[in-house]
Amino acid sequence: MFLGRVVGTVVSTMKDAALKGQRLLIVQPLKPDLTETGKCIVMLDAVGVGPGELIYWCRGKESSFPFLPAEVPTDNTIVGVVDNIHLEGSR
Amino acid sequence: MILARVVGTIVATRKDPRLEGFKLLIVKPVAPDGKDESGYVIAVDTVSAGSKETVIVVSGSSARMAEGCKDKPVDATIVGIVDTVTLNK
Repeated sequence: MFLGRVVGTVVSTMKDAALKGQRLLIVQPLKPDLTETGKCIVMLDAVGVGPGELIYWCRGKESSFPFLPAEVPTDNTIVGVVDNIHLEGSR
Repeated sequence: MILARVVGTIVATRKDPRLEGFKLLIVKPVAPDGKDESGYVIAVDTVSAGSKETVIVVSGSSARMAEGCKDKPVDATIVGIVDTVTLNK
């Protein structure tokens, strides 16, 4: 799983039937020191996060598991909101 | 999933029989602000996307979970047409 920040939303009317009712969010991946890394990714939200929140997400087929038994075609899903990060050796 | 723009089509006569009937499109990844990013992907279209439209592309094994793609040799599928993209700030 990886860290990221919610930076935007996507609205789509014509979409796969299994994506109906799902929120599509744009996430900027972050390093543990919260600097940006990589390109923005569109992902589903399994926990109900808000704009600007620090989150973690999972990648791959496992990202559709939060929605079981529905088979939702997603390759990235937000699975948690980050409260704190403690990095060994920082401060 | 990534945002991408439809930039072309692919026609293939000789292909895996399980791909018959699929519409194959060439898509170029784009940033949320609409700027082009590097690379291209060939994706199966399940939502009848058109030329130059911004779409949502799901890749990897999840691409097979889209409608009609079960057990097909597919690793990128267009699962949505983007109406709007909103960035915070």
